[in-house]
Amino acid sequence: MTAPEPDGLSPVGGPPGTDPQAADGAVLRVEHIAKRFGAVTALVDINLHVGRGEVLGLLGDNGAGKSTLLKILCGFQPPDTGRILLNGEEVQLKSVDNARALGIDVVYQDLALIDELTVYHNMFLKREMVRWPLLNNRAMRRIARERLDAIGIGLPSVDVPVARLSGGQRQAIAVARAVYSDAKVLLLDEPLAAMGAKEAALILDLIRDLKQKGDISIIIVAHNYGQAIEICDRINLLQHGEITFDKLSKNTSVQELNDIVIEEYRRALLERQRSA
Amino acid sequence: MSETAERAPEDVAALPPTPGLGGGPWGAVKRAAAVLAQQREATVFVVAVLLVIYFWRASPAFLTKDNIINISQITAPVAIIAIGEVFLLVCGEIDLSVGFIFAFSPFFMHYLIDYYGVPAVLAVLLSLLMGVAAGFVNGFITVALRVPSFIATLGTGFILWGLMLTTSNAYPANIPDKAQGIGHWIGTYAWAEITWAIVLVIIFQIALSRTRWGLHTVAVGGNILGASEAGINVARIKYTAFMLTGFMGALVGMQEAFRTNSIDPSSGGYTPMFYAIAGAVIGGTALAGGSGTIVGAFLGAFVLSALTDGFNLIGISANPLNIIFGAAILVAMIANVQLSRLRRAGRTT
Repeated sequence: MTAPEPDGLSPVGGPPGTDPQAADGAVLRVEHIAKRFGAVTALVDINLHVGRGEVLGLLGDNGAGKSTLLKILCGFQPPDTGRILLNGEEVQLKSVDNARALGIDVVYQDLALIDELTVYHNMFLKREMVRWPLLNNRAMRRIARERLDAIGIGLPSVDVPVARLSGGQRQAIAVARAVYSDAKVLLLDEPLAAMGAKEAALILDLIRDLKQKGDISIIIVAHNYGQAIEICDRINLLQHGEITFDKLSKNTSVQELNDIVIEEYRRALLERQRSA
Repeated sequence: MSETAERAPEDVAALPPTPGLGGGPWGAVKRAAAVLAQQREATVFVVAVLLVIYFWRASPAFLTKDNIINISQITAPVAIIAIGEVFLLVCGEIDLSVGFIFAFSPFFMHYLIDYYGVPAVLAVLLSLLMGVAAGFVNGFITVALRVPSFIATLGTGFILWGLMLTTSNAYPANIPDKAQGIGHWIGTYAWAEITWAIVLVIIFQIALSRTRWGLHTVAVGGNILGASEAGINVARIKYTAFMLTGFMGALVGMQEAFRTNSIDPSSGGYTPMFYAIAGAVIGGTALAGGSGTIVGAFLGAFVLSALTDGFNLIGISANPLNIIFGAAILVAMIANVQLSRLRRAGRTT
């Protein structure tokens, strides 16, 4: 499949060279990112951008490279080639800490929660409040309570280990942790994966609230096209390590996305039959 | 004491009466028991108290000053080594070589003082540093070369053992005269070792449960990928735990040499290491990582020491003692696994 031209209707447009207006509004811009793991090419040539307060949905099949891209954007692993621009300036994301300091935070698919630790210790993990040399548990406990209450997550206690919480509560804690890190760009890897309708609603409400505030740009990796179109401003489709589709959510549909993916399956099937 | 996933005292105090526990004095006792049951150290604490009562009733000599000193001198080295092992176990590793760091460190001090003219205090410090360096090597092989710590430390343990035997010709050595002064404070005085043990246990329990270092150690053992994704430097946490264990091994080696007034090639080895791990496990540290308590390990070391001393006092042969030890470890481990399961399910609240 050849990469379609961006539709030009998105708030910040497409890759550089195709939409000059986009360069001005993009908070995060990714240019020609590639990544290989041995013989496996995870990302071929990624170009994407997200504007201020925009929610970008990153869709794609299993193995398309979505999680790899997110791990590059949050500083967990470096790209082989390409560059990342934050507010128009090129940045080197050397580590998760470094990316966080620059205002990029992430909620991993596995949530990066520690079952054995309490809710408030998880919320402050790696950003602990310290009254040297000891942890300021009292302050962390109080602030965690306030933050969870503010975003409507009703927990009986922040002192329980997260192992005792439901999937939705765990996800909400991971999102709350990232939201309150003063992130300017928030990356959410499959935030609704394996979640019941009630729990998914909790997370969707949380994302809507963030969107309304308008000061955080969000990239959501998702599988569910319907949910992605509902919550995101714009949709990018990642196929075989490249962005092959870039449209505003209001200008696309589940049907269109399904058709693209089905066409891709057909093409792959035909190629396999020919090679056999 | 294990703050990580336990309820803090101030929150416990603020909790409403637990349903089913009733009110009045009896209810308060039940609530106190429920709070106690949430502490990982609770089981081993109760066992330790029961053992003291049993051996005291069986032999009044058990609680004499001399015997208490004797128990303290069995407990202290195990407890000090256990401090390092708890940090390692909590972050998902183990050190089998610590007993050989124990054996080598007093010889190292002896060589520095008697063959190289190094001042005693500096020689003691350099011997402790040797333990830290051995821990660093263990960390390097485990973290950088990705050899499981069980195998890495098995190998380095043999190397240290061989080094010690080769350099000493397997003969004991005398404590250097110049080191006798500092030696009193390290291990010669009757209460020196247990004092060191208690001070170190308090310091490192606080470090494990109330500092960023401790929290990150628990995080690495609980979910290594998650900890790494959260930005924790997993390698640094593991290196630190190995180096801490090496330090403790070297300290105990010198303490025992000063206490016995001899540098003995047969001291150390696997026994203190296994006792330390057994003490840690009995005290509530999970072998799978992610949770542990230094105070629990101290109590575990005390239980093992009380068993050793108590059975000796009441005239039971040392031969069946291993059966008791093995059973104690198994019972403690089964209790830990089941209690952890209950805690996770919230049924102890």
